[in-house]
Amino acid sequence: MTAVVRAQGLGKRFRRRWALSDCTLDIPAGRTVGLVGPNGAGKTTLLSLAAGLLTPTSGTIEVCGGRPAEGPAQLAKVGFVAQDTPTYARLTVAEHLKLGARLNPGWDPRLARDRIQRLGLRPDQRTGDLSGGQRAQLALTLAIAKRPALLILDEPVASLDPLARREFLQDLSDATADRELSVVHSSHLVSDVERICDYLVVLVASRVRVAGDVNELLARHHLLTATRIDPAALPTDLHVISARHTDSETTLLVRADTLADDPAWTVRPVGLEDLVLAYMSQSVPALEVHR
Amino acid sequence: MIWLTWRQLRTQAAVVFGGITVFAVLLAATGPRLAHRSHTGGDFLGETHGVDTALYVTGVVALLAMPFVIGMFWGAPLVARELEAGTHRLAWTQTRTRTRWLVTKLTVIGVAAMVAAGLLSLAVTWWSAPIDRAIAATGKPVAPGLLVFPRLSPEIFDARGIAPVGYAALAFVLGVTVGTIVRRTLPAMAVALTVFAVTQVVMSVAVRPHLMTPEHRTMPITATNLMRIDMGGDLTVAIDRPGAWGTAQHTVNAAGQAVHPPSWLADCPPPGPGQASQACFDRLTRLGYRQQVTYQPADRFWAFQRDETVIYLVLAVLLAGLGTWWLRHRLS
Repeated sequence: MTAVVRAQGLGKRFRRRWALSDCTLDIPAGRTVGLVGPNGAGKTTLLSLAAGLLTPTSGTIEVCGGRPAEGPAQLAKVGFVAQDTPTYARLTVAEHLKLGARLNPGWDPRLARDRIQRLGLRPDQRTGDLSGGQRAQLALTLAIAKRPALLILDEPVASLDPLARREFLQDLSDATADRELSVVHSSHLVSDVERICDYLVVLVASRVRVAGDVNELLARHHLLTATRIDPAALPTDLHVISARHTDSETTLLVRADTLADDPAWTVRPVGLEDLVLAYMSQSVPALEVHR
Repeated sequence: MIWLTWRQLRTQAAVVFGGITVFAVLLAATGPRLAHRSHTGGDFLGETHGVDTALYVTGVVALLAMPFVIGMFWGAPLVARELEAGTHRLAWTQTRTRTRWLVTKLTVIGVAAMVAAGLLSLAVTWWSAPIDRAIAATGKPVAPGLLVFPRLSPEIFDARGIAPVGYAALAFVLGVTVGTIVRRTLPAMAVALTVFAVTQVVMSVAVRPHLMTPEHRTMPITATNLMRIDMGGDLTVAIDRPGAWGTAQHTVNAAGQAVHPPSWLADCPPPGPGQASQACFDRLTRLGYRQQVTYQPADRFWAFQRDETVIYLVLAVLLAGLGTWWLRHRLS
């Protein structure tokens, strides 16, 4: 696996508070990666470190084979859409495109112009007058037209209404589909990630709880339901991620490569949301699944 | 990057340069008449009033205010506003390092600030030249009024020549650096204003008088040169060197020791023509009291201007280095 983002013991302290500590992860290249975790897990800090807006307090981070924001060549490789998609409120849409063109040697003017046209953004409109969804689209346009190798999006849809959210994500997957582009997209909503991502990283309190190809994760996790299972009686190659008991039955979310057919329980496929929630609430040490 | 810098400064630059243009037009319209009048003889200063006095004062006030305006409205928001709006995350993730981003902004806007201050000072210095010359030529103690300060005096020095260029440069960089450290525009404006005001006062009170070795002179105290007696009984006399800047003075007795003037002086009638007053001063002279003054001669004006401009420009460069370092290492 070639990694587009590689962190080793990465930590970042703001004054006395550690926003991220001892984070070690590999994000594979060429994928659309969803970075999921609860608020405060360190997602924004991790992505800001990857974009070079922050420098690590401890550990190392490598992005596209170099240190983030080390120089113009490194900056050119990463497109960044920050949280709340900031733009200059007093500048027009056209002026933002000019900004992109002036500050990025790899700028694709046609791509930018076509996108703006297709999205129905008026070039002479000040971005302070745009809706949140339109501003997010403009920010995405700036990041894509730079033609980066890695596109980082930090909760770009967090403040959008459901319709704008869906439009943005649809547009994002269209824009990245026909391109040799790695995408890392953070969200605290699994449904956002499920829509566009093919690789999942669950981050809880700076630690990777689970990471892997979405389809593979779904194939290897199962919901078992039975009337009272004794955990000790379960096969040893089967890892219990979470267990829920009612008076009459027990539901287990388990990870297993193969599952023997046993009449004692019924097996159902697991949804991504349940899977993520199970790993988020789990208190066992981090587990990582690679293919 | 230069385009973006210019685009973001456009409004603030229009206000400052627009104001300078309007004022310069007023000066250009009235300047030749003022210069002409100064050559026609008569009591030029005494006959200068109304619009001309207003323009004279406005010129001084405008130049004193200029660095504060630039520091607060051009400097302080430069980084702080980006941090507040979150747009630094857009600006610093383009294909330009943030160091280059800041250095370009500091250079382009710093030069614009220096040009603005230089133009305003050029216009004001040119317009005020007849008045400054007339004040410098007045050998006798000056009557109370507005047109009394020689251009080397602290009241006027900051509003003439090339020093305003240095002030604008330092005030701008100070605003930027404070904004970078404080991270919020409004507090940064307040801090920059305070720090620069203190800098200006310290410079004119504590530093400038010592930039060159002052001259000393011992003068008699007479009814014509005594300007005032302060609450503590100390005297101030007019220096008989036209246009000089008196930096210190004290009364000495017959033995040449620094002393307080005799207390009976306070009971003398106010200085001016009159027998009783004259008797007081005669007695003072007879007892050997004289006034020792320390001063900078008028012809050192441009040497002071040069030194002060260099000092401010060097400070500006050092402060720009600190701001750049902070942006790179402390803001990440």
